[in-house]
Amino acid sequence: MEATALKERESQIHRNGEKPFSIVCDKDSLAGAVSQRACVFCGSRVVLYPIADALHLVHGPIGCAVYTWDIRGALSSGPELHRLSFSTDLQEMDVIFGGEKKLEAALIELIDRHQPKAAFVYSTCIVGIIGDDLEAVCRKVERLKDIPVIPVQSEGFKGNKRSGYKAACNAMARLIGTGDTKDISKHSINILGDFNLAGEIWMIRDYFKRMGIEVVANITGDGRVNDIRRAHGAALNVVQCSGATMDLANMMEEGYGIPSIRVSYFGIEDMSEALYDVARFFDDPEIMARARELVQEEVAKIYPEIQKYKHALKGKKAAIYVGGSFKAFSLVKAFRMIGMDVVMVGSQTGTKEDYEELAEITDPGTIIVDDSNPLELSSFLTEKEVDIFVGGVKERPIAYKLGVGFCDHNHERKEALAGFTGMLNFAREVYSSVMSPVWHFVPRNSSSPGDKS
Amino acid sequence: MSKMPNYISTTNACKLCRPLGAALAFRGIEGAVPYLHGSQGCATYMRRYIISHFNEPIDIASSSLSEKHAVYGGAANLKLGLKNVTSKYHPQLIGIATTCLTETIGDDVPRILQEYAKEEGTGQTLPLNVHVSTPSYAGSHMEGFHGAVKSVVEQLATAAPTKRSINLLPGLVSSADYRYLSEIMQDFGLSSTILPDLSETLDGPALMEYEKIPQGGTPLAAIRGMGGARATIEFGRTMNTNKHGSGGLSLQEHFACPNHCLGLPLGIGETDRLFALLETLSSRTTPHKYVQERGRLVDSYVDGHKYVFGKRAIIYGDEDLVVGLTAFLAEIGIKPVLCASGGKSGLLSEAVAAVTKGILGADEMPRVLEGMDFFDIAAEAEQLGPDLLVGHSKGAPLARKLNIPLIRVGFPIHDRIGGQRLLHLGYRGAQMLFDTVTNSLIEKKQNDSPIGYSYM
Ligand code: SF4
Ligand code: SF4
Repeated sequence: MEATALKERESQIHRNGEKPFSIVCDKDSLAGAVSQRACVFCGSRVVLYPIADALHLVHGPIGCAVYTWDIRGALSSGPELHRLSFSTDLQEMDVIFGGEKKLEAALIELIDRHQPKAAFVYSTCIVGIIGDDLEAVCRKVERLKDIPVIPVQSEGFKGNKRSGYKAACNAMARLIGTGDTKDISKHSINILGDFNLAGEIWMIRDYFKRMGIEVVANITGDGRVNDIRRAHGAALNVVQCSGATMDLANMMEEGYGIPSIRVSYFGIEDMSEALYDVARFFDDPEIMARARELVQEEVAKIYPEIQKYKHALKGKKAAIYVGGSFKAFSLVKAFRMIGMDVVMVGSQTGTKEDYEELAEITDPGTIIVDDSNPLELSSFLTEKEVDIFVGGVKERPIAYKLGVGFCDHNHERKEALAGFTGMLNFAREVYSSVMSPVWHFVPRNSSSPGDKS
Repeated sequence: MSKMPNYISTTNACKLCRPLGAALAFRGIEGAVPYLHGSQGCATYMRRYIISHFNEPIDIASSSLSEKHAVYGGAANLKLGLKNVTSKYHPQLIGIATTCLTETIGDDVPRILQEYAKEEGTGQTLPLNVHVSTPSYAGSHMEGFHGAVKSVVEQLATAAPTKRSINLLPGLVSSADYRYLSEIMQDFGLSSTILPDLSETLDGPALMEYEKIPQGGTPLAAIRGMGGARATIEFGRTMNTNKHGSGGLSLQEHFACPNHCLGLPLGIGETDRLFALLETLSSRTTPHKYVQERGRLVDSYVDGHKYVFGKRAIIYGDEDLVVGLTAFLAEIGIKPVLCASGGKSGLLSEAVAAVTKGILGADEMPRVLEGMDFFDIAAEAEQLGPDLLVGHSKGAPLARKLNIPLIRVGFPIHDRIGGQRLLHLGYRGAQMLFDTVTNSLIEKKQNDSPIGYSYM
């Protein structure tokens, strides 16, 4: 079979155990390679959009807003302003004469209509080109309406998704430090980097509550502007998905001396470790005791059923392609827990250190890949005879077309996969795809009438 | 009519962006790869959006412009991207659409393509390319789709020796619709070129090996021969041909190939018009199969008429689809109360009046509004008290709020599977629609009733 990788891309693929570890990443996507990556704006939008009582206005032509309308499953327990797609829908005249007036009028109109607690204004590619002064417009409306109006410098072409995370963190940093922090317990944390997909943050918050820990701000799942404004009163930042919100944690460490720990809520091992790490930080035997009790209780609830799935799934093969590599680590462990082998793992935006670590925890022969594309991914799936592929919506049809199982582990998912219950859901998801009888009929496993022999 | 009041902001748009339409059209050409000249995000977003409807792979390449290209122009990246797509996909055709970014920085795509051909073309045959200008700040996905079709015929069709063939330009319809149209043409004994053709490329079978470019699509040889066709049939009463021209008009102008512009054949009235034209073009009477389909359809209209009579419908989406659906709904006795689109052809009102003539009285005409978003539609709905919504799946939140059925049609269908297999057109499509609409209304009544009737 012909090599599927473009020559320029070979340095971004590593086969574990064949050569000493080497991979190149953090490169701009190659023109014409159909990258699975999105843009800066996408990164910012992912991080900020779960803040449910803020107005999220996309300043640009219509597409950028319309493609991000309610596409992700970040739930809110109250207001749902974040589920609407607001745009200035720039027209030709705006592009020629500038869009500042329209932006200002749209902002005022929407703030009057929805009474949000704050407004985020996202710039898209052409705003960067036509030179609208977002800062100035935001400042003006902020004074007029007396709520924070914050520009998000997310012009799509100014880097990749990670630059978008950074822009989102910069935007949130402007809120932090503006709220009242008295009455916050000394055993308090902010949850960073959980977006409450399918209600996950509610589970996590419940765990912390049972340990006797106060959560000051959700950043950003089921997030609220006023919570974020007082986030600097927390004793610790607990950061998941380091790519997305680590920058904010660092800023808060610098600005307010709040330390942070990195955790993952995915899989039994990592979830338990996250709770223990937090308990350890507060150095309080009671909290630790409660954490242990909680873990025991929760694991006991799910263990028998997981064993059942493990029995069925043993030795099946998994491939992973996710946005950020942090998730990949947890997935590798989670697959191990249910007896499966990971034969390929990759991400859109991992760092060299991430990939090195992945190489260490995976078996020889495992393919490790940065910023891949449909052609490569499909060839890996076939080569490794994969049983299930974990990825996002863009990866799904690649798997399905080839008759390979699929599990959605992206922001669009509607199943909670974090926490202890999440591990069970994950096992169930994998099981219900891998064990489906439909694979009997797909071409790679069967012939069909009319096939030439 | 334009919407009132005229809000400045847009909330939950009822349109998509222009290059998306172009990419879809290019996807319906054999051996073609759609290519967006712009930054990476646009292409990725559109792929994601299209995938969620079709559940099929769709590769859309991108120039992946970064900041420095935005400042110095995207020529180098466009050329490099074309080279990479060529070496990786071996396409027969690359369909290049611009984006807001490259339109704003003013990249001269035709000139860059000429340079590229000069630089790369010696010693090897490059894939053909077609380019279309698609700034989203001046038009929606429908203009993008029709614009791509027009560019394809203008840049590829030749004055081929006269064949007996018919060109059919259906616009953006479902894969099932393209299949059915092709069946109709065959049954009339008409050889035809359907452009584009998404019947296979976005509704393909399960495969052993991933195809870089899916099978199917309008063959390039057929496209080249379109100049020699006997006639063109083009669907779309709201194509603003004064402003944008159209594929059919271009063929008429350049090759004296007569253009017949019809509405999307939705419902009996509009479909009859198509069949009348096909009878003339083929000099045949309508095949028995379709006489039967029509007969069964009329019979079912009679069987079901009471369940639907007088029900109030809001219809939204692409303008031409809205027109066709309104024609269909009016002819079964449903009262269209609002026809809304995010598009702005300026022709929607006129078209709705034309297709409902003789069925709706002057005092029964729906409100017809262009440039609408879902905030506007929801506000109208509050006044109008509809019994059902008819449109794509982005109306689902509104239907839920109003607690009324949503009849899912068109593109996108993101909350059900099989959007590409929905049949809308012709007698058969009307049959599917009629059964769906009627049963949804019966089901609603049944569910809301305190008594669990098991007879209608
Ligand atoms: S910039 Fe233009 S082409 Fe790109 S997604 Fe936005 S509207 Fe569409
Ligand atoms: S225009 Fe820019 S910001 Fe908008 S989707 Fe495209 S790359 Fe992203």
